[in-house]
Amino acid sequence: MYFSRKDILDIASLSVEEMTHILDTAQGMKEISLRPVKKVPTLRGKTLILFFHEASTRTKTSFDIAGKRLSADVIALAKSGSSMAKGESLLDTVKTLEAMQPDVVVMRHGTSGAARFIAGHLKCGVINAGDGRHAHPTQALLDMMTIREKKGRIAGLKVAIIGDIAHSRVARSNMEGLVKMGAEVRVAGPPTMIPKGIESYGVKAFFSVDKALEGADVIIMLRMQKERMNNVLFSTEREYAREFGLSEKRVSMAHPDAVVLHPGPMNRGVEISDTVADGSRSAILDQVENGVALRMALFYLLSGGVRNADED
Amino acid sequence: MRMKIENGHVLDPGHIDGLRDIWILDGRIEAVTEPGTCMEKADEVLDAAGLFVTPGLIDMHVHLREPGQEYKETIESGCRAAVKGGFTAVCCMPNTRPVNDHAGITSWIVQQAEKAGLARVYPVAAITGGLGGQQLNEYADLKAAGAIALSDDGMPVVDGQTMRRAMEYAQAFDLFIISHCEDLSLVAGGVMNEGAVATRLGLGGIPNLSESLMVEREIGLAELTGSRVHIAHVSTRESVRAIRQAKARGVQVTAETAPHYFCLTEEAVGEYDTLAKMNPPLRSEADRKAIIEGLQDGTLDCIATDHAPHAPMEKEVPFDEAPNGIIGLETSLGLSLKLVHDGSISLGDLVRLMSKNPARILGMGNDLVPGAPADLTLMDIRASWTVVPASFASLSRNTPFGGWQLRGQAVGTIVGGRLVYKI
Repeated sequence: MYFSRKDILDIASLSVEEMTHILDTAQGMKEISLRPVKKVPTLRGKTLILFFHEASTRTKTSFDIAGKRLSADVIALAKSGSSMAKGESLLDTVKTLEAMQPDVVVMRHGTSGAARFIAGHLKCGVINAGDGRHAHPTQALLDMMTIREKKGRIAGLKVAIIGDIAHSRVARSNMEGLVKMGAEVRVAGPPTMIPKGIESYGVKAFFSVDKALEGADVIIMLRMQKERMNNVLFSTEREYAREFGLSEKRVSMAHPDAVVLHPGPMNRGVEISDTVADGSRSAILDQVENGVALRMALFYLLSGGVRNADED
Repeated sequence: MRMKIENGHVLDPGHIDGLRDIWILDGRIEAVTEPGTCMEKADEVLDAAGLFVTPGLIDMHVHLREPGQEYKETIESGCRAAVKGGFTAVCCMPNTRPVNDHAGITSWIVQQAEKAGLARVYPVAAITGGLGGQQLNEYADLKAAGAIALSDDGMPVVDGQTMRRAMEYAQAFDLFIISHCEDLSLVAGGVMNEGAVATRLGLGGIPNLSESLMVEREIGLAELTGSRVHIAHVSTRESVRAIRQAKARGVQVTAETAPHYFCLTEEAVGEYDTLAKMNPPLRSEADRKAIIEGLQDGTLDCIATDHAPHAPMEKEVPFDEAPNGIIGLETSLGLSLKLVHDGSISLGDLVRLMSKNPARILGMGNDLVPGAPADLTLMDIRASWTVVPASFASLSRNTPFGGWQLRGQAVGTIVGGRLVYKI
């Protein structure tokens, strides 16, 4: 198929065909990372800017490696090292970046809608690496890739997403993607973390983790953001871990072959126990590995998809 | 100097409704006569055939931004926008820089407005110093300088005791409070209406209760103190219900809403459109309907715009970071006429909502009777026009109504017998 998108801003705007095409392309990219020389010339002469306005280690590193394995020039910027720290507006910063002729800008920003905002002002492609509570499309796609790899399909699977749904961009993008791909999605967490209007996603919400886990094929745990405690969203970590955390015992409520995902970084002992995180059902490190391949696929598709620099 | 407005349909609800000639002498209404009645020769004759002539429209909630933010609006540009929208008078809110919390600032605003010589400007002074919610201002001084009411608009007076004392103290000087109702602890950083749209966009939600809870408090305080209170920019069905019940039991409460609360819902936020960001936020369809019902049954006394100019660059930022508010002076009449055209209210109701009731709340007469100041709006209620922000008289362009096709607009505005705007 011909992939004609300029940007990857969220999952809501992607069709099932496009998502499937991205996942297929990513699957093909995976092998490159296993070679002794982990580099292909596909994006030689292309410039990718990673503009991370919010702290990130794994996502930024994953994009960085993905670009480099395709031979693109990758430039990473953080807020503290950019003019934004000196008070420049987001619009001015990205326009300045565009004047340097990048091919793709990857942005993470603390504000919902920030990626769409810059995409509307840039001629080059934009990949949203997480904007506020809104969307984290590459995470959702790599989660889907991992699920498909482990389960052979997505349609018809029972997927439980557990944790702070209200404040999670990972949850939003996964709900949108998985429902579209035909999964039966349940979400669970304390009522303070289930947002108004959750039904509009076509998911079922539970306040009991045990109920959401019944027969689940896939369990996606969300990171419990400790700073949220100031917002009176829960009482103590101790109680949260006991009532909403994923213990070995709780995993047994799910399907015997259930896989466990977590976008990281994990709070071991809070939302997930050590034994589950390191156990046989954990696909957490597969997610990281697939993340690189998935991001390689997106760079490739956004940079033209079928051509490489040598052919131009 | 004598002016005659002839052949117009004069509409002063409950008073005059038919073809009349209006005679104006030295800025005041001299007589309202049957068409063709001979009087002295007029120096100037305006033909109002096919038009409605009504008492001047009054917008009791605008932000003119001067002093302090003249790049958004000045008193002069704001007044130009007002008369273009058919308004003969506006009440300007005190959140200028510096805040209008001293008589010196109040009288400066009055002077600037006189210099502009367009619409009448009635300053609303701050309830508390610097809108800080703590120290009461010098109400006697402010009143003497021209303040018409008191409000900490944009900032709720959080402390109940302070609001109680403000209501009580204001009575001594025949001033009343206009309350911006918002419980900030429930707003909790929200930027749009709470619900499915906010959830999908990942934006913080503002529950209806954050407004209606404070409306209930103000109603209770008005009851407790025997004061009257005016509720600014009502946006929720719960607030409408609370005000309706309070009025039924005789509480001295009046209220306004703005055109965007009966023309738009939260859906207008779309994909983070900052032109649909205001405070209170656009609400649900059920709220929009309740606002219209409130206008129909008199629970809501008037339509005010909350005209809030912002420069383009200020709105061209991610949604969370955008300032609240839209401009409204030049679209208010056209948008409000939608309610007339769709049969929700009569044209007489519209004149009550946009002219008679604000005048009553502000304690001034605006009946079309001999001796009254000749403040009049001439409107063509059928003419179709397109909202083109670039052609606004306002210095700002922040409206979500750009491109809307509206029916009806002001074609002439007369303030004190002077034709200050003509299409």
